[in-house]
Amino acid sequence: YASGTLQPGVGIEPVTFLNPKAAALIAVKDDVAVIRINNPDSKVNTLSIPMQREMAEVMNEVWANGAVKSVVLISSKPGCFIAGADINMIQACRSAEEVTALSQEGQKMFEKIEKSPIPIVAAINGSCLGGGLEFALACQYRVATKSRKTVLGTPEVMLGLLPGAGGTQRLPKMVGLPSAFDVMLTGRNIRADKAKKMGLVHQLVDPLGPGLKDSDVRTVEYLEEVAVGFAKGIVNKSIPLTKRKGIMQKLQDYAMGIPFVRQQIYKTVTKRVMNQTKGLYPAPLKIIECVKAGLEKGSEAGYLEESQNFGKLAMTPESKALVGLYQGQVACKKNRFGTPEREVKNLAILGAGLMGAGIAQVTVDKGVNVILKDTATEGLSRGQDQVYKGFNAKVKKKSITSFERDTTMSCLTGQLDYSGFERVDMVIEAVFEDLSIKHKVLKEVEAVTPPHCIFATNTSGLPIKDIAAASKRPENVIGMHYFSPVDKMQLLEIITTDKTSKDTTASAVALGLKQGKIIIVVKDGPGFYTTRCLSPMLAELLRLLQEGVEPKKLDLLTTSFGLPVGAVILADEVGIDVAAHVGKTMTKAFGSRLDGGNIEVVTTMVEKGFTGRKAGKGFYIYEKGSKSRNINPAAEEILKKFKLSAPPSVSSDSDVQYRLVSRFVNEALLCLQEGILSNPMEGDIGAVFGLGFPPFLGGPFRFVDAFGADKLVQKMKKYEEVYGNQFTACQLLQDHAKDSSKKFYK
Amino acid sequence: MDTQVFIIIIIIIIIIVSHHVEGGHFNVKIKSLAFKCSMQTKSKKTLAKPGVKNIVLVEGVRTPFLLSGTIYNDFMAHDLARAALLGLLNKTSLPKDAVDYIVYGTVIQEVKTSNVAREAALGAGISEKIPAHTVTMACISANQAITTAVGLIAAGQCDVVVAGGVETMSDMPIRHSRKMRKTMLTLNKAKTLSQRLTLLSKIRLGYLTPELPALTEFSTNETMGHSADRLTAAFGVSRREQDEFAFRSHSLAKKAQDAGLLSDVLSVNVPGKGIVSKDNGIRPSSMEQLEKLKPVFIKPHGTITPASSSFLTDGASAVLLMSEEKALAMGYKPKAYLRDFVFVSQDPKDQLLLGPSYATPEVLEKSGITLDDIDVFEFHEAFAGQILANLKAMDSDWFAQTCMGRKSKVGVLPIEKLNLWGGSLSLGHPFGATGARLVTAAVNRLKKEGGQYALVAACAAGGQVVMKVIQNYFFI
Repeated sequence: YASGTLQPGVGIEPVTFLNPKAAALIAVKDDVAVIRINNPDSKVNTLSIPMQREMAEVMNEVWANGAVKSVVLISSKPGCFIAGADINMIQACRSAEEVTALSQEGQKMFEKIEKSPIPIVAAINGSCLGGGLEFALACQYRVATKSRKTVLGTPEVMLGLLPGAGGTQRLPKMVGLPSAFDVMLTGRNIRADKAKKMGLVHQLVDPLGPGLKDSDVRTVEYLEEVAVGFAKGIVNKSIPLTKRKGIMQKLQDYAMGIPFVRQQIYKTVTKRVMNQTKGLYPAPLKIIECVKAGLEKGSEAGYLEESQNFGKLAMTPESKALVGLYQGQVACKKNRFGTPEREVKNLAILGAGLMGAGIAQVTVDKGVNVILKDTATEGLSRGQDQVYKGFNAKVKKKSITSFERDTTMSCLTGQLDYSGFERVDMVIEAVFEDLSIKHKVLKEVEAVTPPHCIFATNTSGLPIKDIAAASKRPENVIGMHYFSPVDKMQLLEIITTDKTSKDTTASAVALGLKQGKIIIVVKDGPGFYTTRCLSPMLAELLRLLQEGVEPKKLDLLTTSFGLPVGAVILADEVGIDVAAHVGKTMTKAFGSRLDGGNIEVVTTMVEKGFTGRKAGKGFYIYEKGSKSRNINPAAEEILKKFKLSAPPSVSSDSDVQYRLVSRFVNEALLCLQEGILSNPMEGDIGAVFGLGFPPFLGGPFRFVDAFGADKLVQKMKKYEEVYGNQFTACQLLQDHAKDSSKKFYK
Repeated sequence: MDTQVFIIIIIIIIIIVSHHVEGGHFNVKIKSLAFKCSMQTKSKKTLAKPGVKNIVLVEGVRTPFLLSGTIYNDFMAHDLARAALLGLLNKTSLPKDAVDYIVYGTVIQEVKTSNVAREAALGAGISEKIPAHTVTMACISANQAITTAVGLIAAGQCDVVVAGGVETMSDMPIRHSRKMRKTMLTLNKAKTLSQRLTLLSKIRLGYLTPELPALTEFSTNETMGHSADRLTAAFGVSRREQDEFAFRSHSLAKKAQDAGLLSDVLSVNVPGKGIVSKDNGIRPSSMEQLEKLKPVFIKPHGTITPASSSFLTDGASAVLLMSEEKALAMGYKPKAYLRDFVFVSQDPKDQLLLGPSYATPEVLEKSGITLDDIDVFEFHEAFAGQILANLKAMDSDWFAQTCMGRKSKVGVLPIEKLNLWGGSLSLGHPFGATGARLVTAAVNRLKKEGGQYALVAACAAGGQVVMKVIQNYFFI
């Protein structure tokens, strides 16, 4: 890993010394050493062990060279500065001590960077995340391009970790306590202009258009030229390293100097974290601890706390589950069906309701022309407004310009007829969930569309093969199950029948990826995967309500288990009518196994108009502008009418939780057993991103691995004795229970 | 990948060709001339096209171009336009009723005179029976006025058209904010005192913030200077190259002014301030002074300074265009033929000012001539770096292949033929008027230098460009 001998260049022309194996090349411009990071084995730069070793060698070489007066650190990867630490490196560790040692290595290296005798300028283009940002923070000066690809952030918390290479210590000093907590606890990506405002970077560089070279290539060259200019400026003192602080900044600094104020901040932040995580996620609390240690007990204690907590966190099941989800997410952002024969350039959506308009919104800004068709002007106008509002919100947040909003909206055509359908490559229908209506539109669509046109149905429960039965081209029929609200929910469940062609699937996946979705592809069947898992849980929920468990208590029990919203609220959100409809369909398909509460409870509620949130009344009453919800007394009455007695042996708080969860999990495993799911990973991704299964548990399959299949089967047996086959563990679960070496994840 | 790309560039090339090339015996004369001077090896093509009328430029004039906020401070735009019109009529002794039509270009419109062409014509005492309209196309508004006139003549609708442009930046329409305007308009409709008082009570201090005419691109929200600075960086144009070009522009303008070459400049009497007869923005300084200036658009690392940008200017220009027969019948000696022109447009973000590179080959192909045939280049100097970026773009195979879809580069533009009497950097740039100044300068240079063809190019906001070919009108 020697990276060549360093010699100062003569004149303006840089002298570059290459080492074909090296991940960091040094060029010298006048007296500025430019270090270009370029991991030879990957598309992105990560701080792997060899990379860290090599960086250390390169830095030593630079420091040893008396002719070099300053350094510029830049990446040669397009769209990536340093994407973070290497996750595999952490996963390979077997103990907390090993991980702590890794963290301490990183801390030491960045400390040397921070104390560098000559100024180091980090020139950032593309993702600068995690360890990458910590590296940049240790440098004396930061210049970033305003490219949309340039994002800074500390996403560690989303992996159940913390910034373990000095991040928890440097960030508060650089951007102040409140901003530092915001950055580290949300893990969100920060765009360059925002980063400048926060004080995370010193200067911004505009991306360039095409000139004598490709614009991306030239932009990075330009960034380097500008950074070299700043490096020289720092040396000759024409560029100050500290920026003048504004009054607000000074005031904030003053306030932060008061221990009492700091204590209040720790308290408030901790409270907010506890509120949001119910204490189920250890990482945010550890981040607060590390920051606190650094500020209150000095940096030595802070760094020690950081490295030790980093080690501890890496070994937690929460972190392992979150890392697994991250890896699954990466896998579900690839098209395993290959490139489709033709790209979908013109899409038609039938039905401008919440779903239809939502699908239009996530598609129309991706270079796809969208026709939004409805049968009535009111519905159409409402749908178009929904799309407009979506983009206008982005304008207000300044993530797009009003002009971009307008040009995007120009790609959306709202209409009541089938004109222009002769040009569409795909139709997604989001009409009412009724087989005869679906057949009617399918036939109408096939009469006006070209032969290659794909018909995708956005149903949440009807089997696709039943819908495809009316088709002349069943190989072009596929299910695309979106989740509401479409612009927020990341999951897309794609359902293929035996007749769906591979190219149709490839095309649907390609469109979904364009829409920014995380995609699972499952086999056809009643309820596919997601609806099928949800259905027994809702049936159980209904029974629990009948058994007299208060809705508020049920919500508390489910959120403290880790669901993002309470199960009763979830039912109201989904819609009581939808739940009733799905419940009936599922029971019809699977028999008594999917039974639970009395379906008449919900049908009565629907009759009375308590269809959930959309109607303002479900189990709760929803009032505009008010955040607190009250129980709907009329719904309570209905529940009383259908009251069941609660068998004490299976009605403890924990039993309530596991009755709900075990039915969900068992059904998920059954889907894998029956081949609806092609692998456990997609099952976990679907449950977490589509249904809100607790992310720290990693999904039903990882949950079984961690909780123990035998323990779960034991619990289910207890419930089975009371309720019968609804709690019979499926064969796959039993197999895992018998043989503890059987795991879904190795 | 999904960024909307708007492509609009316009180029006008005006080619001037010897009038007598067409006649057989004149051809002989020219051939014999060509034998005499070995210099003359160029194409003698007339560029006339069968079935298309020959359109000639009889004369072109302009008011002195003055820094905004100086002597024209009290003028409205139509005062300046009127001065140019009157100057043109006087210089050509054209009777005030002999004009068929008047077209003027302007950018920032005074709301009181939104059809400034008509107000100026009436004010100049031109017959009220002569219609006039105003066009706008950012910095190439006067070029658009000229090509509109060419169209009117070519279509046989008119024989004599005055085209020109005007701009004053000394007075700009500064508006109330949208909220204030809304309140005031509603106030108009309020019937009772209490309604009015309620409305008035809603006015907040913030409503009083005035709205200035936008100098940024509407579509991208970027100022032209900022875009130009990025352009120079994209093409690797150095600060020094830009300073040198700015220095050149001012030096050449000064030389031309001193030598009396800027014969298109009129003398204008400004009430209370005397007669102005010279441009006042020409400030030849030294390279040392230019180097000291700080960048204005991208700070602190940009390369464009006030010296390498065209400055805010007031001024008006006018040209007299006729069909060739009409000009000859009226006894005029036409100065030049206006030949082909093209308008093209590009991405308004990254290629806002790159139009000349796109339009040059296009218009040359249209005319059937090559870069070598051109004797006079008059390009609008929005920024020194913008001209230099265009020169580099035209000389790049990568750019030609990647951005223009051409097999190879356009070629090296001979800088020794470019803007020899100064340009917008030194003479000034009244947005709406520059186009006609460029054409007149090209024609006058052809006359002075004895050249055959001139090429005029200007780029404009919105990524648009005009390019014209002008052909000299030789009397042999």
